[in-house]
Amino acid sequence: MIAHSIFFYFFSVVAIVSAIMVTASKNTVHSVFFLILDFISISCLFIMIGAEFLGMIMLIVYVGAVAVLFLFVVMMLNVAQQKNQWFASESSSSHIPIGLIISGIIFFELIIVIGGWKFKPDLANSIGLAINTEITNTHSLGQVLYTDYIHIFQISGMILLISMIGAIVLTYREREGIKKQSYIKQISRERSEGVEVLEVTSNKGVKIDD
Amino acid sequence: MEYINIIFLEVYKILFLLVPVLVSVAMIVWLDRRVWAFVQKRQGPNVVGPFGLLQSLADALKYIFKEIIIPASSNKVIFILAPIITMTLALIAWAVIPFGENHVLANINVGILYIFAVSSLGVYGIIMGGWASNSKYPFLGSIRSAAQMVSYEVSIGIIIINVLLCVGSLNLSDIVMAQNDIWFVIPLFPMFVIFFISALAETNRPPFDLPEAEAELVAGYQTEYSGMMYAMFWLGEYANILLMCALGSILFLGGWLSPIDLYPFDLIPGAIWFIFKILLLFILFALVKAIVPRYRYDQLMRLGWKIFLPLSLIYVVLTSSYLFYFNLLPTI
Repeated sequence: MIAHSIFFYFFSVVAIVSAIMVTASKNTVHSVFFLILDFISISCLFIMIGAEFLGMIMLIVYVGAVAVLFLFVVMMLNVAQQKNQWFASESSSSHIPIGLIISGIIFFELIIVIGGWKFKPDLANSIGLAINTEITNTHSLGQVLYTDYIHIFQISGMILLISMIGAIVLTYREREGIKKQSYIKQISRERSEGVEVLEVTSNKGVKIDD
Repeated sequence: MEYINIIFLEVYKILFLLVPVLVSVAMIVWLDRRVWAFVQKRQGPNVVGPFGLLQSLADALKYIFKEIIIPASSNKVIFILAPIITMTLALIAWAVIPFGENHVLANINVGILYIFAVSSLGVYGIIMGGWASNSKYPFLGSIRSAAQMVSYEVSIGIIIINVLLCVGSLNLSDIVMAQNDIWFVIPLFPMFVIFFISALAETNRPPFDLPEAEAELVAGYQTEYSGMMYAMFWLGEYANILLMCALGSILFLGGWLSPIDLYPFDLIPGAIWFIFKILLLFILFALVKAIVPRYRYDQLMRLGWKIFLPLSLIYVVLTSSYLFYFNLLPTI
């Protein structure tokens, strides 16, 4: 039990410190790296409470895919400059009040969540689904998702599919005048249509491109 | 006192796993170069030790005694962190690989997800190295490799789903035991081929070694590295290749199971069969490196997204309908 709490406090402290560092660090790329550290320590916390499937999926989806995209954007767009401009110049600081409002709302919500802890014992008793400790939580998640909540599951899948198609439609544009390679054309090229053997007479040369 | 004993026992087990892995990584580099040389009718490294076996040791010594150069304009912390992360991630994944019925360091019940997660984290070592070098070639190399690894992870994930449909468990030992009757390479042969090619791309091996394409990018993300830090990238890369071979033999070639379940072959311990299968896959990796020319970048992306992803998705539908129709779905 002591080892358990040591690990718990270790991961929690790392998670909180790195979450603070995400906003505090000046370099935007460093912010993303701290965000990744935050994701990793939170997934460790998930694993520690026995939700190993959720923890691993969190690692795969957020750290393995989403954070890579963040990193891409931050590295390519040079966001660091932009950020310094907002804080340095006085004219374009309209982002700061909006940010303050949003962070105020999130802070208020957090207070409500912490207040809700008072009712935690009641909540724990009123959980609709009994926890079966004999099967792994991957199996139990699957049993719930594909039976009781199959419609919600399918609808969320449809929403993701539609948003994917939407993203493709929004960013796709047909560009004129670019060379495209057709693989079938390349492979089916024969020697007879690519090469021509000519008798070249002296001082006459060959006429090409006609 | 009890805690200390437990810690010592675990450290002993971890060392017993890691030291052989590191030694075999060194040996596998030698094997890779030998196979490559034999295909091209050269000798390969054959001077240091018998058959040149100690070549990797000599190389390692050279790397250790070389000066570590850190570029002045680099981001120093991340620059140093990158090879460490690559190597650590390549080594921690070995914790869940089963070498026998009970010979596994951590028999966790989401083993396959753990390996998948760790191998998807592997991209960070490369991105960090490329970005922290603050130079054009490493940056281009790391951007390429990030796109490449993210794309091929998708197809590897779906191939793993195919196998999991037949097993009904995420535990690696269960996956091996489910192949007692028939190895998955026979019913899922197309998936095995796609897994092999995706593993080549995931570990940045030729013909998909675009992140370090020396003709265009000097050495990609490794350009600014030298000495021990370069050696760590190199060790991490080969440990990852070995890990992918191990994963391939667990998923498709029946892990530690013996191919012939008869009297004289029963006596050979499972770990030997497992190592033999890993070596077989690795020699295939090395042969591909020697035989196939490097892909172009657009061809690589086309192969990943337009061919492998639809094919493996179709195979998921086929496998699940077959299992459902013939009532072969695994029970919990």
